[in-house]
Amino acid sequence: MTTKHRAMTRRNVAVALAALAVLGLAGCGKKEEGVVKIGHAGPLTGSIAHLGKDNENGVRLALEEANATGIDIGGNKVKFELLSEDDQADPKQGTIVAQKLVDAKVAGVIGHLNSGTTIPASKLYHDAGIAQISPSATNVTYTAQNFKTAFRVIANDAQQGKVLGEFATSKLGAKNIAIIDDRSAYGQGLADEFEKAATAGGATILAREFTDTTKTDFTAILTSIKGKNPDLIFYGGMDAQAGPMMKQIQNLGLAAKYLAGDGVQTAEFLKLAADAAEGVYASSPGVPLDNMPQGPAFAEKYKAKFNQEIQIYAPYAYDAMNAMLEAMKKAGSTDPAKYLPELANIQYQGVTGNIAFDEKGDIKGGGISLYQAKGGKWEYIETIGG
Amino acid sequence: MDIFLQQVLNGLVLGSVYALVALGYTMVYGILGLINFAHGDVVMVGALTALSVIATLVTAGLGLPAPVILLLALAVSVSVCMALGFTIERVAYRPLRRAPRLAPLITAIGVSILLQTLAMMYWGRRYHTFPQIIKPTRHEFLGAAITDVQILIVLMSALIMGGLLMLVHFTRLGRAMRATSENQLVAGLMGVNINRIISATFVIGSALAAVAGVLVSANYGVAQYTMGFMLGLKAFTAAVLGGIGNLGGAMLGGLLLGLIESIGAGYMGDLTGGFLGSHYQDVLAFVVLIGVLVLRPTGLLGERVAERT
Repeated sequence: MTTKHRAMTRRNVAVALAALAVLGLAGCGKKEEGVVKIGHAGPLTGSIAHLGKDNENGVRLALEEANATGIDIGGNKVKFELLSEDDQADPKQGTIVAQKLVDAKVAGVIGHLNSGTTIPASKLYHDAGIAQISPSATNVTYTAQNFKTAFRVIANDAQQGKVLGEFATSKLGAKNIAIIDDRSAYGQGLADEFEKAATAGGATILAREFTDTTKTDFTAILTSIKGKNPDLIFYGGMDAQAGPMMKQIQNLGLAAKYLAGDGVQTAEFLKLAADAAEGVYASSPGVPLDNMPQGPAFAEKYKAKFNQEIQIYAPYAYDAMNAMLEAMKKAGSTDPAKYLPELANIQYQGVTGNIAFDEKGDIKGGGISLYQAKGGKWEYIETIGG
Repeated sequence: MDIFLQQVLNGLVLGSVYALVALGYTMVYGILGLINFAHGDVVMVGALTALSVIATLVTAGLGLPAPVILLLALAVSVSVCMALGFTIERVAYRPLRRAPRLAPLITAIGVSILLQTLAMMYWGRRYHTFPQIIKPTRHEFLGAAITDVQILIVLMSALIMGGLLMLVHFTRLGRAMRATSENQLVAGLMGVNINRIISATFVIGSALAAVAGVLVSANYGVAQYTMGFMLGLKAFTAAVLGGIGNLGGAMLGGLLLGLIESIGAGYMGDLTGGFLGSHYQDVLAFVVLIGVLVLRPTGLLGERVAERT
């Protein structure tokens, strides 16, 4: 009964929307703004679904707050509706859901989560003239395409990889380094930037090994690395692989330091690797939640609403959404063509810090923070840049 | 040299898991000529069930010793999977037994997706950590390291394999299974209860899947609703490599595949001077598979059988 009922209401909403659209056309210029659709895309199934859901929650929280306070854009009361799509972290699926969002005529998109899905999808949003803010895609290419519609609220891989490479050579004193990446746009991009910075810092790269995002067995490549005796292993990839990988490193008796990027700096990694996580270094773009201007308050709000801990990017997704809403308010319109110039020049004080974009759409002054796992917690070391 | 030994050990452990799962594929294929693509997902259900049982027992705080908890979890997980295997056969495959071959194959893929989705709804999307109730102790062996969980995996697979061979070759049930495999109609006429034998095959295969699931997640420390897919695919490859339908072949194929992957990933980058890196490990495994199938289309130990209709 309930499903039938729900389907009915959904159909009613669709009919209402269609009617609105017709009215809007009939009004000719006097555009009626009732429900405005906002798109979110990220992996809601598959091995990093926990991160996709985390982003969706951030966007949802921002929109529900906006709806609750009754947002006013250009003199019209506006109600926002979230269309959340599952891109399965798959580039192919990413363009399919992007097309779906474009067809649904969303006013803006927060997403995608992975660089691999964000980059191909950004072309579709660009062609449709829809603003896109990624809360977590860090691959350099995304904002290097000269798209006026593409923004991100997180420091990119070039910045992060460079900081990691310098940290490895100068702070950790690594001389012989082995690099593993997961062949994703994110992992490979980060590993490439790390390799450049580490080599520039005087380290030798002993091995460059590869895995992928479906694997849980890394013993073969780890054994090969063990034979070369590095003093540091760098991993460009996500927590789902790094967790079991750390356990296998421990089982093999491989005594190298372990350094990774933001995909590993998660609560999930600490759970997956358990006591093997001890001593692992990882970075995260931005500043720690506790050091964010409104971090602790946001964490509390998030927990109260969704009854779970923040994974990583929820505050960024929340800020991205709010920055977009702010631009809409300033422009007095939810039409991307009208609010895009405002978004490009936005100055918005968010949870993660000040949101402002450079001419490419990258966040201005995005800091990178470094952490070490100690006693089942990520212990903050320092923030570089920002 | 110790690195080579380590790679062989790695391959042996990986291969034992493949072999254990491959046995389930090969048993069903041997009797029904059906590739049960849902088998990998039964492994996943086994792993996640065991995990839930362990988590419940640990939080209940009964103070049970770790081996008892593990055995209980294994027992529950094996029973759940046996029931699941029985149900899958009864509901999804039996009505299609006389249908064209493609129908049950597609159904098997459907069952696989169904199981994954149900598991996603019940256990959630996140990775589950296998509770560390027994800390894996590392043993050094001629410079190579192996944990006791890994030793357990190799021993269990060997034991189960031996047991299964005994069952098939020296018991009434086994004889009935072999007869059914050879010709269902004639076996039925000779008084073998075909439906019961096929059910038994699924139940035994699913029990093995449960054991494999528990061992895999204990070794890697994680379990998730998608874990069965890739594992199932690799195990299926192992079964084909060894000669599908042949129990010894599944074991041999599994071990070979594990060794090829391990040694391939470990040495490919160095031998080709970085031209082909470790990301080609799956490619190598499948090249070997294609090579074997070109030279011996029935697999390493498979027998040439006349096409059945």
